[in-house]
Amino acid sequence: MKLQNGKFVYLTRLADTTLVLSHRLAELCGKGPALEEDMALANVALDLLGQARMWLSYAGEIEGAGRGEDDLAYLRGDREYHNFLLVELSNGSYADVLMRQFYFDAWHSLALNKLSASADPRIAEIAAKAAKEVAYHWRRSSDLVVRLGDGTGESHARMQAAADSLWPYTGEMFIADHVDAAMALSGEGFDPGELQKEWLTTVERVFATATLQMPPRDAWMQKGGKQGAHTEHLGYLLAEMQALPRIYAGAQW
Amino acid sequence: MPAVEQVWSWLAEIPDPEVPAVSIVDLGIVRDVQFSGDQCVVTVTPTYSGCPATEVIAQNIRQALADHGIEQVQLQTRLSPPWTTDWMNAAAKEKLSGYGIAPPNTLISISPRIACPLCGSTRTGLLSQFGSTPCKALYRCQDCLEPFDYFKRH
Repeated sequence: MKLQNGKFVYLTRLADTTLVLSHRLAELCGKGPALEEDMALANVALDLLGQARMWLSYAGEIEGAGRGEDDLAYLRGDREYHNFLLVELSNGSYADVLMRQFYFDAWHSLALNKLSASADPRIAEIAAKAAKEVAYHWRRSSDLVVRLGDGTGESHARMQAAADSLWPYTGEMFIADHVDAAMALSGEGFDPGELQKEWLTTVERVFATATLQMPPRDAWMQKGGKQGAHTEHLGYLLAEMQALPRIYAGAQW
Repeated sequence: MPAVEQVWSWLAEIPDPEVPAVSIVDLGIVRDVQFSGDQCVVTVTPTYSGCPATEVIAQNIRQALADHGIEQVQLQTRLSPPWTTDWMNAAAKEKLSGYGIAPPNTLISISPRIACPLCGSTRTGLLSQFGSTPCKALYRCQDCLEPFDYFKRH
């Protein structure tokens, strides 16, 4: 894989992860368990969508094939999507939605801090912009994990079950491949393995306050999303998200 | 060709689409104005990445400048340094308050004391971290009991 293509893939990983999670959160619009949560989900989805647009636009420029953000979002198939498996999973219960957000926000904050110091000024400025928004996301998701983990027996059991069932999807965030290695070497990206220790410490600290048990560190981890091998969940999401631009090609509104 | 200061004053009349009490200049969204030949180059910065008002603001800038005879407008987006509510001037904060929105706190604090824009009491509490737009949170005054928007410090 040529380095330029590697950078395109790297950018689509950031773009697709934020875009797919944004879509999952948008599916909950009008279905939140409380009005405040409904607004929070929509707001977080909106921030992530804005971030995805910036990453996608830049990915299109790097690719140099004339594809813009819409072409990349709406006209790629699932094998061309490079998001984490964690964010494509169907929403499940509200505990699953919150725990997924918590795991992801913890990674996202750390990753954006690293990328803010990227040797590529465009990556650095997008990351610095996004980091301010994600700090706010993280405050909410970690707060709710504590409140519901250390809440009623029922909320505790649901949060623990969500923590355990989503755990095998967290490992992928820290596994480097040749694309990560090349980007880390050029100073444009970072080695994802470097984030793991701090991520674990952060999650552990919140779980301790939330009276939740840490899932086993040596658990078997799912992977493949970053390389385009997805769960059965993503195809349905893309089918819905892409239906309109695919049926009415070039439609404008 | 009008002076750059003149262009700034025209832009200062464009209300923010979501918070019309303040202008896009008040909010610090307009970062730079320059002429390059006949072309007026306006540099803007987004508030929040996904703020839907961004595109409306771009349209409104083009329209306002066209109304003053400037047809050739180039809009540039600048992301760095990222937008902060610290760029909002004191007059803008007063306008927000008069409109019923508590202005952003300048102190760095996790849970700042927010004064009620209606009665001035500081006995207020957070109802929801996220409000009607990405830039606002929802508070309630414990004295006059009215809920109100707080323009989040960002």
